[in-house]
Amino acid sequence: MTEVLVPDRSAHATQRPAHRRERDAAAAPLLSVRGLSVGFRRNGVVRPVVHDLSFDLPAGHCVAIVGESGSGKSVTARALVGLAGEGAVLSAERLTLGDVDLTAVPERRWRAIRGRRVGFILQDALVSLDPLRPVGREIEEALRLHGWGSRPERHRKVLDLLDSVGVPDPGLRARQRPGELSGGLRQRALIASALALDPELILADEPTTALDVTVQAQVLELLGQRKRQGASVVLISHDLSVVAHLADSVLVMKGGHIVESGPADEVLRNPRHEYTRRLLKAVPGAATRGRRLSPDAPPSVPSSAARSAERFAGLDGPVLEARNLVKRFRAPDGSRSTAVDGVSFRLERGTTLGIVGESGSGKSTTARIALALESPDAGEVTLLGQPWSAVPESRRRALRGRISVVYQDPLSSFDPRWNTERILLDAVSAEYYPDARARRGRVLELLEQVGLGEEVLPRFPLTLSGGQRQRVAIARALASSPSVLVLDEAVSALDVSVQAQILDLLVVLQRELGLSYLFISHDLGVIHHLSDTVLVMKDGVVVERGDAVRILTAPEHPYTRQLVRSLRTLEQS
Amino acid sequence: MTRTSSSDLELSAAVGRPGGPVPPTGDGGPPPRLGGRLGLVGGKLAGAAVVLLGAATAAFAAQAALPGDRATVILNVRAGQAIQRTPEELAAINEEYGLKNPLVVQYLDYLGGLVRGDLGTSYQQHRPVAALILEQLGPTLTLTATAIVLAWLLMVTWVTLTAGRGPALRALGEAVDTAAAGLPHYWLGILLLLVFALTLGWFPVIGGTGPVGLLLPALTLAIPLAGFLGQATRAEFERSLAQPFVLSARMRGMGDAGVRLRHVLRHSVLPAVTLSGWALGATISGAVVVETVYSRAGIGTVLVSAVNAQDLPVVTGVVVLIAALYVVANLLVDLAYALIDPRLKDA
Repeated sequence: MTEVLVPDRSAHATQRPAHRRERDAAAAPLLSVRGLSVGFRRNGVVRPVVHDLSFDLPAGHCVAIVGESGSGKSVTARALVGLAGEGAVLSAERLTLGDVDLTAVPERRWRAIRGRRVGFILQDALVSLDPLRPVGREIEEALRLHGWGSRPERHRKVLDLLDSVGVPDPGLRARQRPGELSGGLRQRALIASALALDPELILADEPTTALDVTVQAQVLELLGQRKRQGASVVLISHDLSVVAHLADSVLVMKGGHIVESGPADEVLRNPRHEYTRRLLKAVPGAATRGRRLSPDAPPSVPSSAARSAERFAGLDGPVLEARNLVKRFRAPDGSRSTAVDGVSFRLERGTTLGIVGESGSGKSTTARIALALESPDAGEVTLLGQPWSAVPESRRRALRGRISVVYQDPLSSFDPRWNTERILLDAVSAEYYPDARARRGRVLELLEQVGLGEEVLPRFPLTLSGGQRQRVAIARALASSPSVLVLDEAVSALDVSVQAQILDLLVVLQRELGLSYLFISHDLGVIHHLSDTVLVMKDGVVVERGDAVRILTAPEHPYTRQLVRSLRTLEQS
Repeated sequence: MTRTSSSDLELSAAVGRPGGPVPPTGDGGPPPRLGGRLGLVGGKLAGAAVVLLGAATAAFAAQAALPGDRATVILNVRAGQAIQRTPEELAAINEEYGLKNPLVVQYLDYLGGLVRGDLGTSYQQHRPVAALILEQLGPTLTLTATAIVLAWLLMVTWVTLTAGRGPALRALGEAVDTAAAGLPHYWLGILLLLVFALTLGWFPVIGGTGPVGLLLPALTLAIPLAGFLGQATRAEFERSLAQPFVLSARMRGMGDAGVRLRHVLRHSVLPAVTLSGWALGATISGAVVVETVYSRAGIGTVLVSAVNAQDLPVVTGVVVLIAALYVVANLLVDLAYALIDPRLKDA
């Protein structure tokens, strides 16, 4: 059995409201879990997903469950409110919330518990709030379901709630749908709906995933505030810096088992279990520059492929250069917005230029212009010293193979009906590899470069793991022997240990093939791990640029400083 | 699209970008494109007019291309016998209907009549077609409207009860959808008549105009339509059930039934709404069979007897009318779309 010892922080008790303090006086933990196991029944067979989980959570504390996707952490959170899903089989020696035995709660009583005593926050409010309804109605629904107040009272309360989570102009925002709000505003609205009735237990399942780093900090601050007011938090996350921010104790989960548990400081500083150490080591950042993130050795790139020297024969100067790019878009309401405003950069051969910024900062538009998928309204891009953005597509074609791209989600950029072999064969140029044997040989070479075996060739994208899929995407990008690789959030959707492997792979490929990377990410840690020079973008403008180490150690612009601050929390905790 | 910066007002201010923070959407900025919206409505109306013109032209062309001398046909239809007519008789008819005019003139006359609401005169009954159709339109529209409402009630109930409830119920739900969608009107109509009117005696055999008499004919049209709509809705319904916002709603204390009716249904009805526009026209043709089986008055009966008697102005009148109903139905569908999914308005 795994026990979690939570350090006594009774100092907090004095800050708590009176009704919370009374409950604390009983000294029993708010949530007590003993021997919880969850499985799913399919065709009469129960497949276990969570094994023998135990922990206690006192009021005003936060326990974090960390682990990679598929480790059973989300199922655990859902099982705590009786919504583990269809076919779920749950057993527990004890599962109590205050004085309620959660193993014996009928569905009708669950409804009174969910939302009132337990609030649940999911990731990405764009899909976690009903996209067809104004957010105000979603929040009001939480109040209505529990019979709170009259209609006008509820309307006033909705505005108060939005105000309390820091949404400016709540009257306007309440009438807008999630799609009309920015990521930060709608995540706050989601939190307002989950916490409308001030629940004593908050379950937060990846509450900051997919959010920009500044929004992430705001959401964590909100949760921390609730915790200080006496609410208990179960935080589910794969992001250790988020955990470091909020958690008092940590459970590390792997394959449905708790492999390590203890106070957050201890687990994150002195991990005892091998798996925890791997997770922590895999987090990229300033301290990890120039070292491998993953214990798994990256593939050795066959030297036959390292023809980079000929690729750059007779070329001096930057491989990719942008001068004063401007791009405007017409918004649906007819107004024009400037997505990219006067952006310039030089990408030197064999180096990595990182572009960091939030969604909407113009970094992806910059990438699309660099790829000549979008033409700039002003300014020019040159590739290998030749005109690139200013010439018609027919003249670009000869150079097309010199620049490739890898996106965040390879699944959507693969034809799901094509297997890996066909995907790669399609990308290998028939011009350079005219006969079928040579083309197949090239495909095998590409696979070797990205550390995949021949056995993936007959498999379809859907049956590949996230890491394998991203490797196939990289292999496809390498098929035309490019000089420049544009990596647009290429590791952002991956679990931390898979991300570590892919980052290691990118480092090796760059060294062996002499590639230049235009690396775009919202994650400053990843940027710093990989980049030589960095552009910081905000609202279409480059607010700071320079050497990666200099930007991390001595950021000048207030915005960069804020980014760097949020990155440092893990290292400081 | 909302700019991210609107959430970080203090931040933008700190950044001190020239021009200051981007104003949040909704206040400031140019007003919503009124011209664009008017243009949209205008475009839809113009499209509707083209559809109507096409239907009217097709009907006219069919009439003109029919073999045999038109005047002879008209006289024979009136008299109910097939004999040769004297030139004097024919001349009078040609004069009355303008049949000797060039085809273009006849076509323009015909279109002019349509604009004035004049659909021509029935050969058989010697009365304006418009009046003839209008008399019978009420019962048919009542029937089809009732059928569509019933179909929606049946479909929503059945899909809400069975969708996403495990493999057994899903299989049953889909099987019933498919079976219902495949039922032929005439067979179903006779079956319902035999069981509920003749054997059980719960309903009158010959439907009156009252609500009781309406139910069996409407059900005959509604059951296959419900199956058809159900097929379209079920897949969307199950997809929506798997969306995170459903989990969010459950987590704030909403029951399963509440989530299905208040959240999921709205996300899954768009395909069925589209089909309903088509169904309004289709049930009018289905009404032909049903009105015959249940001996109801209506457009169906008018159309059948007009076709039998080669009473062409009536046939073309009904064709143009059905086309007009399709157009109206599709405008209503567009309207319903914007109400159900407000995101489409902005797209």
